[in-house]
Amino acid sequence: MPMNENGEFTPLIVAFCCNWCSYAGADLAGSGRLAYPAEVKIIRVPCSCRVNPTFILRAFQKGADGVILAGCHPGDCHYSTGNYYTRRRMTLLFSMLEYLGIEKERTRVEWISAAEGAKFAATMNDFAAKIHELGECKRLEDLRCK
Amino acid sequence: MQRIGVFVCHCGSNIAAAVDVKQVAETLKNEPNVVFAADYPYMCSENGQQLIRNAIKENQLTGVVVCSCSPRMHEATFRKTAEESGLNPYMVEIANIREQCSWIHKDRMTATAKAVVLGRAAIAKVRLNAPLTAGESPVVKRALVIGGGIAGIQTALDIAEAGYPVDIVEKKPTIGGKMAQLDKTFPTLDCAACILTPKMVEAAQHENITLYTYSEIEEVKGYVGNFRVKIRKKARYVHEDLCSGCGVCTQKCPSRKGGNEFNLSLDKRGAIYIPFAQAIPNVPVIDTEQCLKFKTGKCGLCQMNCAAKAIDFSQQDEIVEQEYGAIVAATGFNPISLDKFGEFGYQTYPDVVTSLEFERILNAAGPTKGHLERPSDGKPPKTLVFVQCVGSRDTSGRGKEYCSKICCMYTAKHAMLVREKYPDTEVYVFYIDVRTPGKNFDEFYRRAVEQYGVHYIKGMVGKVYDDGAGHLMVRASDLLANEQLTISADMVILAAATEPDKTARSLATMLTASMDTNDFFTEAHPKLRPVESPTAGVFLSGFCQGPKDIPETVSQAGAAAVKVIGLLSKNKLKSNPCVARSDSLVCSGCSNCEKVCPFGAITYTEAEVNDGTGKEIRRIAVVNEAVCHGCGACTVACPSGAMDLKGFSSNQIFAEVDAICR
Repeated sequence: MPMNENGEFTPLIVAFCCNWCSYAGADLAGSGRLAYPAEVKIIRVPCSCRVNPTFILRAFQKGADGVILAGCHPGDCHYSTGNYYTRRRMTLLFSMLEYLGIEKERTRVEWISAAEGAKFAATMNDFAAKIHELGECKRLEDLRCK
Repeated sequence: MQRIGVFVCHCGSNIAAAVDVKQVAETLKNEPNVVFAADYPYMCSENGQQLIRNAIKENQLTGVVVCSCSPRMHEATFRKTAEESGLNPYMVEIANIREQCSWIHKDRMTATAKAVVLGRAAIAKVRLNAPLTAGESPVVKRALVIGGGIAGIQTALDIAEAGYPVDIVEKKPTIGGKMAQLDKTFPTLDCAACILTPKMVEAAQHENITLYTYSEIEEVKGYVGNFRVKIRKKARYVHEDLCSGCGVCTQKCPSRKGGNEFNLSLDKRGAIYIPFAQAIPNVPVIDTEQCLKFKTGKCGLCQMNCAAKAIDFSQQDEIVEQEYGAIVAATGFNPISLDKFGEFGYQTYPDVVTSLEFERILNAAGPTKGHLERPSDGKPPKTLVFVQCVGSRDTSGRGKEYCSKICCMYTAKHAMLVREKYPDTEVYVFYIDVRTPGKNFDEFYRRAVEQYGVHYIKGMVGKVYDDGAGHLMVRASDLLANEQLTISADMVILAAATEPDKTARSLATMLTASMDTNDFFTEAHPKLRPVESPTAGVFLSGFCQGPKDIPETVSQAGAAAVKVIGLLSKNKLKSNPCVARSDSLVCSGCSNCEKVCPFGAITYTEAEVNDGTGKEIRRIAVVNEAVCHGCGACTVACPSGAMDLKGFSSNQIFAEVDAICR
């Protein structure tokens, strides 16, 4: 289990953020100095709909304890409809992940606009707190690599 | 084999205070393929950029990672830097160690460790970057301005003066907007009509400006430089080209029960009407819900009396299609509905009015011809109570959390105008704070207090009620004297909060321009790009971006025009090369990608495919790079993995995930 110098569990959280809303929301959280745990690491994607379910599976394979996907609010997608695809795809994926033993609290989709720096920080704080509660995630294995 | 250079920026102390930048550079130097690593106080400065340029040349770098602020800030800067030393600009990746790290993590060890991880992810990504070439697209040299208030008019005039054609689309039957309804303007007290109507005429007569009044935006397609817009010209039932504007029809109309929108329904108008005397165009419009001809089939008096034969009851809405290079949103504002503020009695008592209604009452062209008369019985009021912040700075959820900005000044103006014209009238103003920043603003407010003897009382009005004898009573608290007051008032004027026009939300969706939680349009950068929307080619003018008074609106309108002119002066625009591409060898021709593409950028074609074992004619997907916006929806929909996104390829994102989870 990954620990910090105080022997506390430090989870690994991957956050996929769309370029137009949520990544800008993260920037706003930053310029507002609104703290959230350092364990959250952001990957920028053009749109939440760019996130292939395999990216999330890969993150869990490689040891992520939680994966969060943030995009524009429904109706506000920079590409009109991208986040609607995200919503449907992730509903399916998260349900499958739960079936595989990954608790549904470890995966989340949130809509965070470019103006919602406070919401970005609050969401990440909340999500990280959930992951701390759950502890280390059962590692998915890629059997092809055995 | 990639040769990667890593450049860690201190951003003065913005990054260096929380992140050990030297350690980040040293650690990242040990990453595979990294051949150079350095740190510098300001990487975006000329010296910092020179350091990058030199390092690229001296070390034959093929990839660059800059650990600095958000890519939304300086990605373009560093791409240009790389290009200047002969490196493909898309071989640059940014690790955001300021907004996502130094600014939010106080602990130096934690922040440094995170900065290293973010740097590693960027290195892992750039290792898989491929040089990309931006395509070019032509620019349609025509601008669209949505909204015909002072913001839209000024923007259009400035663009037109630079020599480019501009169309103004206004949903009301006339241009002029809110400013046309105002009586006097602060802080100079010159009359709004005197300074606005010449601009309206100028816009109407300008050879480069086309007005579409009583028209709405139906559809927006395309992208910066090449927008295709459908405009719905609603049927006026009066031919604009035939009408002489004589106004006989408006006098002959027997149906006089319609609320006059221009005077906020304080008086009535006919079913065929010209909104106000200086309306542009000076062409009437028929309100079909009120018109007897439309309701009963009988009447037609207006048509019989029209010498120009301009009235046509069978007129239909018309759709105009036009191409534009740039679009300006100038959709303005409205006062909020006061339905949730029952304590002020606005719905109950006719003598409780909003500030905009009071503006019409004071106006010489208004319902009372400019005489101060109260709506209930037409008597001149002797005691006026103004209430500020009705719904502004309201955290109860009934109103708006923001300050509407203009109310303190127009209330001072109203109070002053009343005391000037009717010195025997007592005027009270209840306020939370008086906010008068602006040139000559505070002097103006002090004049209201010191010279005109307006009673300013810090405190909020709790209730407006009838004392049973037909007198309005205002109960309020005086916070400075710490006492409850009850004032018998003849009229109460409410400074209702402002909100963006309701049509802005659906327009933002059509433009894919983002909005904040209050439905104000979001600017591309709150300080450095205040008149641009984050969506390329969409610009913002006036109140739709945030509360503003007239001088600020005019300044912003001019600034938006300059940005539009800058765009239209280009013959070609570089397009985004980060678009989808399909691997013809893997594509099965299933059509999944075509179905999810919001832009219709994917088509199918029968093409010859040669996988090395032989030629074959097969149905495959083809991406039109000029139309693709690069969202990536198709890449996930593709079951065979043929579709990928340049600049955000699946392998690049896998590499980032792996680097973060290492």
